[in-house]
Amino acid sequence: MKRKLVLIGNGMAGVRCIEEILKLDREAFEITIFGSEPHPNYNRILLSKVLQGDTRLDDITLNSWEWYERNGIRLFAGETVTEVDIKRRLVRTDRGRVVEYDELIFATGSNPFILPVPGADLPGVTAFRDIQDCERMIEYAKTYKKAAVIGGGLLGLEAARGLLHLGMDVDVIHIFDYLMERQLDPTASKLLQRELEKQGMNVLLRKETAELFGNGRVEGVRFKDGTSIAADLVVMAVGIRPNVDLARRSGIEVNRGIVVNDYLETSVPHIYAVGECAEHRGVVYGLVAPLYEQGKVLAEAICGRKGKPYEGSVVATQLKVSGVDVFSAGEFMDGEGTESIKLYDEARSVYKKVVVRQGKIVGAVLFGDTSEGRKLFDMIQRGDSVEALSLSLFAPTASGGKGSLAAAMADADVVCGCNGVTKGAICQAIAEHGLKTVAEVRDYTNASRSCGGCKGLVAELLEHMLGEEANRYAVKETICGCTDLSREEVIAAIKEKRLMTVKEVMSVLGWKNEEGCSKCRPALNYYLGMLYPGEYDEEAESLFVNERLHANIQADGTYSVVPRIYGGVTTAEQLRNIADVAEKYNVPMIKITGGQRIDLLGVKKEDLPRIWADLGMPSGYAYAKALRTVKTCVGKQFCRFGTQDSTGLGIRMEQTFERLKTPHKVKMAVSACPRNCAESGIKDVGIVGVEGGWEIYVGGNGGTHLRAADLLCTVKTEDEVIEMTGAFLQYYRESAHYLERTSKWVERVGLEHIREVLFDVETRRALLERLYKALSATKDPWRDIVENEALQQTLFRDIGDKEPVPVE
Amino acid sequence: MKVKVGTLEQLPKRLGKCVRVGNRELALFRTGDDQVFAVENRCPHRGGDLSQGIVSGEFVFCPLHDWKICLKDGRVQAPDEGCVKTYRAAVKDGLVYVEL
Repeated sequence: MKRKLVLIGNGMAGVRCIEEILKLDREAFEITIFGSEPHPNYNRILLSKVLQGDTRLDDITLNSWEWYERNGIRLFAGETVTEVDIKRRLVRTDRGRVVEYDELIFATGSNPFILPVPGADLPGVTAFRDIQDCERMIEYAKTYKKAAVIGGGLLGLEAARGLLHLGMDVDVIHIFDYLMERQLDPTASKLLQRELEKQGMNVLLRKETAELFGNGRVEGVRFKDGTSIAADLVVMAVGIRPNVDLARRSGIEVNRGIVVNDYLETSVPHIYAVGECAEHRGVVYGLVAPLYEQGKVLAEAICGRKGKPYEGSVVATQLKVSGVDVFSAGEFMDGEGTESIKLYDEARSVYKKVVVRQGKIVGAVLFGDTSEGRKLFDMIQRGDSVEALSLSLFAPTASGGKGSLAAAMADADVVCGCNGVTKGAICQAIAEHGLKTVAEVRDYTNASRSCGGCKGLVAELLEHMLGEEANRYAVKETICGCTDLSREEVIAAIKEKRLMTVKEVMSVLGWKNEEGCSKCRPALNYYLGMLYPGEYDEEAESLFVNERLHANIQADGTYSVVPRIYGGVTTAEQLRNIADVAEKYNVPMIKITGGQRIDLLGVKKEDLPRIWADLGMPSGYAYAKALRTVKTCVGKQFCRFGTQDSTGLGIRMEQTFERLKTPHKVKMAVSACPRNCAESGIKDVGIVGVEGGWEIYVGGNGGTHLRAADLLCTVKTEDEVIEMTGAFLQYYRESAHYLERTSKWVERVGLEHIREVLFDVETRRALLERLYKALSATKDPWRDIVENEALQQTLFRDIGDKEPVPVE
Repeated sequence: MKVKVGTLEQLPKRLGKCVRVGNRELALFRTGDDQVFAVENRCPHRGGDLSQGIVSGEFVFCPLHDWKICLKDGRVQAPDEGCVKTYRAAVKDGLVYVEL
């Protein structure tokens, strides 16, 4: 039977916790939610937008009525829980409803604090906390002109901004020396004030309210210093208090908030508290990010999967106040033992301050340009040393420079601080689901679902992604239908679990087809060979026939034999030998190949080992996903235009890299001059000799995907050609998908990226080390088979012909 | 008619073998779970040598164009269409028999 879960409070923290519970276990609970407001859960952070009149309740609704229904949640909106009987485990409401619970969550949020001054109850005085308050203010603005907001914190300023927008004259009254003292230092605050005044707000500082006066309704505010102002509407925005009355009455331990431990458990078993009403390690949080973190921990605990405890949050504020970006985090006030680094650009209204204590970054305030806020926040949380601070933080930012921000972020950087959504997660979602709008990204990832401050950044990411970046996050490509895992995931698992055979990979990674298919088995065979050079023995039964038999199957079931002719340079003796063998085995066709070699076509399977033995030449790998041929032009030895020894280098390259298995076939060419007679421009690796050096081209293709190769670099010596080519081949081997030609691979990962990898001396050295390890483990397969009678029997010989003699 | 076509030893697991019986050419397979199957050694597509295909479970993939064929009933799997003739195979005392 399902356990009964009751949530008191239909607000952001409580409902998010329910969402997390549903994610973990949809079936565990029968859920009932009570909310005093007659609305589904809406985004309280965006109330100021509703106040401005350009946003409707629907627009800020987080969970529609339909969502509750769809998830089988009983919602009693507009109904207040008045009593909790912790002994009999039931709650009673103001409508006389009684509901039992097995688990009970308090998410009662907080109440606006109303100053206990005379006149606070006059008509025309309101708080700014819910939809009803907004509606009331909008009504007032239609008939009245003069508004006063008591409280110069975030909430007050948002209310003031809304009222200005509605056409009222607004005084902001603040008791302290400067606005938003909890989030800003005096300098930032002054800049903010200047901006707000420019927008039309009138700011009164150091004013303590003594009373609200008026005849029948509010007419003004009088201060303790004897002065007064006129006001037709007074908004109290001096702060909020955790709503703990019900909890206290029910016998739950309450301090400033409902006291909870690291798993959000209250002093009473089976009762939890989450959100603004909860007090954790002495702290009551008001920002949405910590509340969501709490919701997640509580959801796990309540589902019986206690994971990481909640250990409190370091709070960062990143806000847009009346159109101005502000950010603060950590210990941002200058004080004893702190030093600070500051930039103050009055002309552009930009202010940045990083606070340092004992060489470590402990806090920061940003005003006007908060693009580095997230990064600083991470540094503060890690306690980075001041040296880690990049100078660019204090460089004047060009107005157009912001466009590259989305691109410059790392995948792990957080875009939506409220919901902890990273750039990587957003890009992944965009690519996987083809998302096109900020709203779609919000629905898939939760990014920008709360304060909305990151909407601009999400939009930038979208723009960025729909452009050239899309490939990096391309839809997950599984190896084949036998698995849901991508190449990268499979390789990571092979390494991590040290899987050594194709069979092991398929069974450990839960292949849907126990024995795989003709796509995945050869792929796995390649990956294993690449990862474990010298250790992994190829599995004949997982190879495509050509690679298994080291010959190319033809339409009629015969095979072709292409011996290695290094650099396309042969001798009379070699030619004579080939001719003899061709005659001996009645080879029906002898063909000069496009790769400057000789192909013996129409050979029977059983004859293959014998032909190889008679040829006495190494395999040309014309059948394999491996280095095929190195085509060369005549070169300077004979050609009057040649600038380099192309045949010499071609032979050397072929001898160096032969037998190297690659994700797909690799063709190379070396030309001795830019006339390019060896067609280096359409080869996987094409070398072109120029006066005093060599150009190295990569990613060319002369086949189905006709593509001109890109110039990777120009080098001086043959040794450097070998080195660069080797590193390129090894990087291709390690990072391309099986059956991905270099032309596709270069386009997918980008030439610039490949350059970055290969031009790094250390990385190149490591690549070459792995390459030579792989090369040293290879041997000529033809010779191997010629010398192995058992292998010939298993792979090359059919069962002898049988007469159809009945046995019974 | 039941014909002896070879020994089980001659059939490596998941590697097909071709055997000619009179004028028939058969592909014999021993699957991973030790079942033995015999089918006509000719892909209905372009006559590919099925005995050289990759074997997975009770299927073989033709080496020429990767058609997937069921060894039990000879049916070509979607999206391709067709059928190869199958023969009942049996193993007794290490000997492989096929019903022609």
